[in-house]
Amino acid sequence: MPVYLLSRAAQFAVALFVASVVIFAMMSFLPGNAAQVALGTNATPEAVAALEARYGLDEPPLTRYLQWVGGMLGGDFGTSYVTGAPITPVIMNSVQVTAILVVCSIVLAVVIAVPLGTFAALEQRNWIGMTISALSQVGIAVPNFLAAIILVMIFSLGLGWFPSQGWMAPIEGVGGFLARLVLPVVSLALVQAAILTRYVRSAVLDVMREDYIRTARAKGLTRTRALFVHGLRNAAIPVITVAGVQLATLLVGAVIIEQVFVIPGIGSELVRAVANRDLVTVQGIVMVLVMLVLVINLIVDLLYPIVDPRIRSAA
Amino acid sequence: MSEHQDQPFDPNLPVRVDDAGPATGPNAGPAIPQRGRGRRRLSASMIIGASLVVLVFALALLSFIWTPYDPSVIDPAARLQSSSLDHPLGTDRFGRDTLTWIMYGARITLLVGIVAVGIALLVGTPIGIIAALFAQYPWGMWIGAVIMRANDILLAFPALLLAIIFAAVFQPGTGPAMVAVGIAAIPGFARVARSGTMQVLSSEYVRAARASNRSTPAIAVVHVLPNIAGMVIVQASVAFAISVLAEAGLSFLGLGTQPPVPSWGRMLQESQQFLSTHPELALWPGLCIALAVLGFNLLGDGLRDRFDPKMEARGDG
Repeated sequence: MPVYLLSRAAQFAVALFVASVVIFAMMSFLPGNAAQVALGTNATPEAVAALEARYGLDEPPLTRYLQWVGGMLGGDFGTSYVTGAPITPVIMNSVQVTAILVVCSIVLAVVIAVPLGTFAALEQRNWIGMTISALSQVGIAVPNFLAAIILVMIFSLGLGWFPSQGWMAPIEGVGGFLARLVLPVVSLALVQAAILTRYVRSAVLDVMREDYIRTARAKGLTRTRALFVHGLRNAAIPVITVAGVQLATLLVGAVIIEQVFVIPGIGSELVRAVANRDLVTVQGIVMVLVMLVLVINLIVDLLYPIVDPRIRSAA
Repeated sequence: MSEHQDQPFDPNLPVRVDDAGPATGPNAGPAIPQRGRGRRRLSASMIIGASLVVLVFALALLSFIWTPYDPSVIDPAARLQSSSLDHPLGTDRFGRDTLTWIMYGARITLLVGIVAVGIALLVGTPIGIIAALFAQYPWGMWIGAVIMRANDILLAFPALLLAIIFAAVFQPGTGPAMVAVGIAAIPGFARVARSGTMQVLSSEYVRAARASNRSTPAIAVVHVLPNIAGMVIVQASVAFAISVLAEAGLSFLGLGTQPPVPSWGRMLQESQQFLSTHPELALWPGLCIALAVLGFNLLGDGLRDRFDPKMEARGDG
């Protein structure tokens, strides 16, 4: 068990390191460095050189990389060449907003998908199960921004239940916060729930074919009871994997949803930074997003041995 | 159907999970008649998926020969019209014909999908095969391991994120979007190719080929490639669906296909300001994106049923 933990933690550290090198390299060596990009293609060489000197861009790449990583380890993501303001507060404030969105969405997706998928598996041969499968197939094909637009049409413009855009921090008013949270969260969660439903269904179907379920049935348990007593924990493993992948997907999917609903999350900051040609901010935000994806993967891997004792003993 | 007559059950009936094991013995499962049935009949998902994919291709190809209007023609007199005989799907805020734009949008959708999937397939498949081939030898195991670790790290960059980075570093546009989505799709192909290759390498006929002194590259080309082709095609269909979504999302953000080139994602984005008065402006491009993604997903499912009898015997979508 400690070996498993250690090797997994080491993998995480290596992946984080490689990702930081890749991100830094993409931002530094591709045509037009940060200063050039920030000033635009019409900038004079002197202006570019001046900006480079001001932010230490004329230093060798290795020095700049070490400064960047060293700063991040100390919680400092650097200074934007475009606005001249420090990047860290921007990231910290916006990532909280995105975290609320993403966590609520994955919770809602799981709450919808686990019962639906289980039901679809148990009722696999009749029309209810078939309908759930077909609906989930359609749901997967709907991009989250389309779901958002449809939800706004119905519940905001049509019924007037929720505001069509905007954001309010929970401390400014819980009611306003919740009202603005519903539509973005639902649009993110619906698509993920559709995908997750399919995986839950196939995981439950797999489990229902296992010998131990047959044994439980032979003992006289009903299918449902056999599943709940013996099967759910086994079905949980593939579902956790997929939910982890989805959490990462949601993080990036939130970029678009934040645009639709004008929510000041990290995705909005990323898009704004790209539009402003603010490469240093882009670099910092991308690093944060990739790090979060890697952390999610790590957590998923650490959950396996807790859910499945077989992995514990094998490792 | 004559070959099935000696079977103890009707092959057209779905096999009940609970009966499968004991009735036919542990190793002589019901897979053989199931497979025969699958080869003969097209599944519903295959038919629907293939039809939708053909429809998108047809729209795009037709747009090269004929469209109702010129996509760039602005007609202020005909702005924001609903469906009519002149404009079957209505017009946008500049009076441009929506049907024409949908047809042109299909081109971009397919272009991005074909280039992105092409990149991922041509790079990812050999990487996966090589990783599996090296993993056979004690001296090459680390190469296989390093390749797959690199793959895992690339997985931490989802398609949309990589495409946004590319839009930041280069100019936002269709070109960088295609390449970024393609690179992000490489790990999927590498994984599929690797696990397929490992299966093939452990088979009897590869051992026979080895015994008759076939070189490793020859085995890869003669035995591995044809046998993993089915799985790779399934992956291509799924990756195509993902790239359609990524392109639409990116154009929706304004970081993909740039004006004045018509794209579904940007049509959807521009429709937002008219949601309360002209919801149909969002409806058509939205429907197109969803149907295209549905089509490629269903096609992938249908192909998987054909190429992977194990999945089919499970009666699973």
